[in-house]
Amino acid sequence: MMKKITTITVLLATVVISMQAISETVSSLRGAHDIEQDSSAPAPKRYAKDNEPIARDYVQQPPLIPHKTTNYRINLKSNKCMSCHSWSNYREAGATKISQTHFESRDKNVLANVSARRYFCTQCHVPQVNAKPLVENAFEPVTAISGQ
Amino acid sequence: MSNKKTKECNDMILCRIWQVLKKPSVKYSLGTLLVVGFISGIVFWGGFNTAMEMTNTEEFCISCHEMEDNVFEEYKETIHYSNRTGVRATCPDCHVPKEWHHKVVRKIQASNELLHKALGTIDTREKFEAKRLKLASHVWETMKKNDSRECRNCHNFEFMDFGEQGRRAINSHSKALDTGKTCIDCHKGIAHELPDMHDVDPGSSIGDI
Repeated sequence: MMKKITTITVLLATVVISMQAISETVSSLRGAHDIEQDSSAPAPKRYAKDNEPIARDYVQQPPLIPHKTTNYRINLKSNKCMSCHSWSNYREAGATKISQTHFESRDKNVLANVSARRYFCTQCHVPQVNAKPLVENAFEPVTAISGQ
Repeated sequence: MSNKKTKECNDMILCRIWQVLKKPSVKYSLGTLLVVGFISGIVFWGGFNTAMEMTNTEEFCISCHEMEDNVFEEYKETIHYSNRTGVRATCPDCHVPKEWHHKVVRKIQASNELLHKALGTIDTREKFEAKRLKLASHVWETMKKNDSRECRNCHNFEFMDFGEQGRRAINSHSKALDTGKTCIDCHKGIAHELPDMHDVDPGSSIGDI
């Protein structure tokens, strides 16, 4: 009799616990969704079309791109960014010119043109969308460069 | 005199046809000739224009694999193919003039393209890439000469609201308007990939590494 009661209790407990486990949802940064349920797609973010240059937040930060770069191609044949930011074009385009540090080879040899290791601009420089940070943080820009 | 000429013509077909054409009609009335001439004129002219317009479609352009595999694929990624409002500019909108006489001149020039289609000048991607700078330069040169006429079928400085444009666009367009620049001066490679730009603008290409 005792044995039967124990078995039933254990079985019931197992059922209750497993039901709880099923009803529990996975909570991620995207929100809580049942595994079987389709999560809604986030609204597409749009790149900031055209703004003034953005101040740097820390020393050595690659300056952010304050404009849209959709369909700007960078390949061996041509680099769309350089049609405005190169030394020969920046004056006419009214753009920020590419830094002199980008004309150096890995061995610090000075080159006549932009170095191959600096050629793919968007490896470091990125356009911006108005997206709220997913995780709260207390980051403060360095006052020495932000002037705040 | 005419008898003498007809005699001379006996063994030459072309000459005999010319003699018949030269003679006034004895069988048909002037009215019949005029009406028939008028109607067949409409039919031939309409037929000519219809045939020409058939070559002015995207479908016709990409019936050659040279166009479909290279420039058309590249164009599909650009704003003139897919955009917010779904308005499209197809191949002939940019590459064939709208005005009739310019259009006919362009169509006659296109016979050279037929020749090179037959010769297989750009029948592989590699051959096309090797020729790309030359081909693109031709288009740039033409557009420079005619003040980007085909762009201006839709885009026109006079109707641009600079206030609606971005910071960079306001600057560039005001400057371009003042200095008499034309669209193609800046907007190269907007619908197709650019060729190797090293010889055109060394600063904007890596060149040989």
